[in-house]
Amino acid sequence: MQSNAALEYDYSVAKLYMLTTVIFGIVGMTIGVLIAAQLAFPELNYLLGEYGTFSRLRPLHTNVVIYGFTVSGIMASFYYSAPRVLKVSLGELPAINALAKLGFAAYLVAATFLVISLGMGITASKEYAQMEWPLDIAIVVYWVIWGIVMFGLIGARREKALYISMWYYIATFLGVAMLYLFNNMEVPTMFFSGGLGAWYHSVSMYAGTNDALVQWWWGHNAVAFVFTVPIIAIIYYFLPKESGQAVYSYKLSLLSFWGLMFIYLWAGGHHLLWSTVPDWMQTMGSIFSVVLILPSWGSAINMLLTMKGEWNQLTENPLIKFMVLASTFYMLSTLEGPIQAVKSVNAIAHFTDWIPGHVHDGVLGWVAFMIFAALMHMSTRIFKREIYSKSLLEAQFWIQTTGVVLYFTSMWIAGITQGMMWRAVDEYGNLMYSFIDTVSVLHPYYTIRAIGGVLFLVGVFMFAWNLFMTATAGRKLDQEPQFRSPMA
Amino acid sequence: MFHWLEKNPFLFSVGVFIVIAFAGLVEILPNFAEAARPIKGLKPYTVLELAGKEVYKKDNCIACHSQLIRPFKAETDRYGQYSLSGEYAYDRPFLWGSKRTGPDLHRVGNYRTSDWHANHMWNPKSVVPDSIMPAYKHQFTNIADTETAYAEAVTVKKVFNTPYGPEIAPGKEAYEKYYKSVMLPEAMKIAKEMKNKDVLAKVEKGEIPEIVALIAYLNKLK
Repeated sequence: MQSNAALEYDYSVAKLYMLTTVIFGIVGMTIGVLIAAQLAFPELNYLLGEYGTFSRLRPLHTNVVIYGFTVSGIMASFYYSAPRVLKVSLGELPAINALAKLGFAAYLVAATFLVISLGMGITASKEYAQMEWPLDIAIVVYWVIWGIVMFGLIGARREKALYISMWYYIATFLGVAMLYLFNNMEVPTMFFSGGLGAWYHSVSMYAGTNDALVQWWWGHNAVAFVFTVPIIAIIYYFLPKESGQAVYSYKLSLLSFWGLMFIYLWAGGHHLLWSTVPDWMQTMGSIFSVVLILPSWGSAINMLLTMKGEWNQLTENPLIKFMVLASTFYMLSTLEGPIQAVKSVNAIAHFTDWIPGHVHDGVLGWVAFMIFAALMHMSTRIFKREIYSKSLLEAQFWIQTTGVVLYFTSMWIAGITQGMMWRAVDEYGNLMYSFIDTVSVLHPYYTIRAIGGVLFLVGVFMFAWNLFMTATAGRKLDQEPQFRSPMA
Repeated sequence: MFHWLEKNPFLFSVGVFIVIAFAGLVEILPNFAEAARPIKGLKPYTVLELAGKEVYKKDNCIACHSQLIRPFKAETDRYGQYSLSGEYAYDRPFLWGSKRTGPDLHRVGNYRTSDWHANHMWNPKSVVPDSIMPAYKHQFTNIADTETAYAEAVTVKKVFNTPYGPEIAPGKEAYEKYYKSVMLPEAMKIAKEMKNKDVLAKVEKGEIPEIVALIAYLNKLK
C-alpha cells in the first residue's frame, strides 16, 4: 500500500473546472446585478433590444450561476478532494482520466448551447429546467460520465472506508439523476406531426397540477442536490483540512446525512401551498420542511463544533472566516425556509421578494462562500504556491458579507411590505391598494438590493484576481502545506 | 455503527436511492390521474392561442407574472374566482410562475381588451404610468411560429388525446389548410380589435405577428 506522501495527484481536470467557476461566476453574477438594477431602473431593459429584457435575462442569470458557477465549483472540489479521500490519483487511471476530460468538454458544449438557446428564448419554461430536449440528452450524457468517473475512482480506491464527503457526492449523483429524468419527460413535437415546426420543440409529459407537482419536486430538490448536498461534501473536506481539526462528531454526521436524504425530498410541496394540489400534500410539504431543520442544523453545528477550542483561527485565517460564516448562513437559510413553509406565513411570503431574498442568503452566503474558500485552499496545493494576498481576501470577505446583508434585509422588507399591501383592506372591506402601488413602494429596496449585488460582484472580481495571481505569481512552496493555507 | 456500509459503495448507493425515491412515490403518484382531469366544458387552446403561449414562454412572462389565484378574499377580489385544478388540464407546461413582480394573469381575459394589451405591450407606461415592465415592441414585428404551435396541437392530440377535431392532422398540407381557413380569420379579428395599422396590414398580407398570437392567448385566460 502506498503512503499518502508518495502519491502525486493529477489535478488537470480540477484546474479546468476552477477556470470555468471563475468565468461563469463573473458572467452569471454580472447578469444578476443587471437584472436587479432593471427592477429599480427600468430603462436598463433596453440595452440589448429584444435580448436584454428582465424576463429574457432572468433564466440566463439563474442557469449560469447554478449550472455554470456552482456546478463548476462542485466539480473542481470533487476532482480535487475525491481522489485525496479515496487515495487514488486520476493519473493512475488513464481511461477514467480521459473520460473526465471528455466530460468537461461535454459540459462546455452543453453550457454554450444553453446560453445561446436561453438568449434566443428557446425554453421549456420550467424553472431551473428550461433546457429543451436535445440539451436534456446532452446533460444526461454528461451526468452519466461523471457517475462512471466517480464510481471508477471508488472502484480503484486504496482507502476502503468512504469519507463523509463521498457520501454526499454519491447522493448528489443519484439525486440529480432521478429528479432530472422525471422532471424533463417531454415529447418532441417534430416526431408526431409529420416533421412540422421547430425540431427542438417539445411538450411536457405532464399537464397543469401534475406538471407543477413534478416541477417543484425537482425545483426544490435541485436546491437540495446542487446547493446543499455537494456543498456539505465540500465543507466536510475543506474545513477540517484548513483548520487541522478532526470532524466533531461521526454520529452527528451520520444522523444528518441519512436524515437529510430522507426528509428533503418530501418538502417540495411547500412551493405549492394554497395552490390546486391536494391539501394533504401541501400539509406534508409544510411539516417536512420544519423537520428539515434538524438534519440541516446537524451538519452546520457539526462543522461549527469542529472549530471547538480553535476559534482564534477565525481571526487569523480568512479562509476559516469564509467557511464559518458559510455554515452560519446555512443555518440562517435553513431556519428561514421552514418559516416560509408554514402555511400562514407562506400566504404572505409567496410570490414576493422575500423568496429571492431567502434564496440569495443561501446561495451567496453559503454556496458561493464555500466555493471561494475551497478554491483558494486547493490553489495552494495545485499550484504549489502561496495565496497571493491575504489582505485582498480579507477585504473580499467584508465587502461580500456587507453585500449579502444588504441583499437579504432589503428583500425581507420588500417581501413583507408587498405581501401585507396585497391583502390590506379599508374599513369597508375593500382592497386598499391597486397593484401598481405595491410595486412603486419597492423602489428603494430594489435599489439597495442592486447595491448589495454590486458589492458581491466586486468581491468576485477580487477573488478572480487573487486566484489568478496565486496561480502565476504566488511565492513558490517547497512542500505541500499540511493544514492552513499559507498566504502573503 | 454503519462502518460496514461505508466500505460497500454499491449497497450504500442502493440505500441512498431507496431513501430519496420514497417521498416521490408517496407524495406525487396517488393523485396523478385525478389531477389530470379537465373541468366540464374546458376547451383546448386553439393553435393561434398555443402560438401565443409560445410567445409567453419565449419572452418568459412567468419571470414576473403568476397564473394562480389563491383562495383568499384579497386575491379573489383582485383577480376573480380562485384557480381550480381542472382548469389547467391542457397546460403543458403549467405556467403558474413563482413571483409576482406584476399582477396575476390567470383571468386577465375577463378585464383587459385586445386594444389595452396592444397599447400595454408597445409601451406599458402609456396605460400604467408607474409601470416598471419593459416594452415588448419586437413582438409587433417578429412573426409568430405558428407551424410549431400546430405541431404541438397534433402531438398532444395523438399522445394525450387532447380533444381536437379532424382539422388537426399531421403534415404540411393539413397545416397550410388550417392556417388559411382557421388561423388567419382568428388573427384578423384580433388585429382589428388592436387598432394598430401596421399589425393589421401584416395580417392582411397573410402574416401573423407574435403580438396577435399573444393577445389571443391572453384573451383565452378567463
